[in-house]
Amino acid sequence: MIDIVVDITLLAFLAITAVAIVRMTNLFAIVMLFGIFSLLSAGLFVVMDAPDVAFTEAAVGAGIATVLMLATLALIKNHQVSPYKEVTPRAHRPWLPLAVVGITGAALIYGTWDIPGFGDPNAPAQIHVARYYIENAVPETGVPNIVTAILASYRGFDTLGEVAVVYTAGVAVLLLIGGRRPKSTVKPKAEKGQDDA
Amino acid sequence: MPNLILHVVSKFLIPLIIIFALYVQFHGDFGPGGGFQAGVIFSAAIILYAMVFGLDAAEKIIPSYLLRILASLGVVLYAGVGVASLLLGGNYLDYSVLGSTRVAGQHLGILLVELGVGITVSAVMLIIYFAFAGRGRE
Amino acid sequence: MDYFFGHYNYWVVIFLMMVGLYTVISRGNLIKKIIGLNIFQVSVFLLYINMGTLEGGAAPIIAEGVALYSNPLPHVLILTAIVVGVATTALALALVVRIKEAYGTIEEDEIHRQDHSL
Repeated sequence: MIDIVVDITLLAFLAITAVAIVRMTNLFAIVMLFGIFSLLSAGLFVVMDAPDVAFTEAAVGAGIATVLMLATLALIKNHQVSPYKEVTPRAHRPWLPLAVVGITGAALIYGTWDIPGFGDPNAPAQIHVARYYIENAVPETGVPNIVTAILASYRGFDTLGEVAVVYTAGVAVLLLIGGRRPKSTVKPKAEKGQDDA
Repeated sequence: MPNLILHVVSKFLIPLIIIFALYVQFHGDFGPGGGFQAGVIFSAAIILYAMVFGLDAAEKIIPSYLLRILASLGVVLYAGVGVASLLLGGNYLDYSVLGSTRVAGQHLGILLVELGVGITVSAVMLIIYFAFAGRGRE
Repeated sequence: MDYFFGHYNYWVVIFLMMVGLYTVISRGNLIKKIIGLNIFQVSVFLLYINMGTLEGGAAPIIAEGVALYSNPLPHVLILTAIVVGVATTALALALVVRIKEAYGTIEEDEIHRQDHSL
């Protein structure tokens, strides 16, 4: 019973935070709300019995992503008008995005009519492949944490690809903004390769 | 003294955060954790140091060229474990041939692979943060 | 009623997804688009983890006296997806910094106007 109450409370706060992020116009407040959103979803992951995922989401979403967004806000400050302000909130003509979003949401909800209920132990997803991993992870690899065993041993090739993706992102960020800022900051249609890196 | 509280509290907290990152890295087999979480927590400690004491002080601890070497080292360690198991007679990334018994080989392989992942993730997060923070200086 | 309690989790997560999608396609500020994309990503992760939980199950770490474990496969998938998501976000923010230095603004309408007037 207490599980359901915590679940409903966290989901309600998530929905309120998401709607507030859409409606606000101060960028600094939006980034702070995004940190709160990440932390609430990490709490929801803990309630759903996923401690590894909650760990990663809290560290990465509420930690690194928020810090990087704040660093970006510090670099793009608008000195003439009030800083961190979204200049043109496009409140006129919202009907086309609302129609697209409504149709997509209705299609997705139609897709969830037939799926098994939340937490059903006899759902097909829980009895075929997962049972093999739960029963054979410790005898075959000797590691009690099944998620680590699958990540590093059974699906080790995917993790190699993921490390390569992280490395590539680091190299790309280094190429883009690794050097000092050029002297004049407004250069329309300037060739980007000519900036001194 | 504008930043006295920040200086004292962060000097107290940063070693604890680094020890926690090492705990999460090496205890990832028996509890929640693993390479990614440990790498991000370790880089969070260094980012805290850079924010409180200045970017120049942080670059004195970990110079930029060392970060680039460490990022590549993690990927090479991961791929190297695969090549080592190729040379020892098994398939690529088949950890069973790395140890005397099958379970010992798997355990050693998982440990090395998670170490490689942790090193790369922490180095890349620090590279990205230093690039963002260093762009603002003229 | 049973059906409602078994499915409202998915419906709230789909609502969050749609809020994120709406932020991406209807706002002109580049930072707000990136944050909307992140909201979309996090709600997709919530959908997957919701599909993998079991009633009365425990975390997928083998321990004494636990009978039912949650499905570990969505956890593995989402772990990879979270790290790839942060790599994408970092790259997008670096691009925003360069766009600001080149055009002087991060509003989409202004950038289009500067592109078409030169």
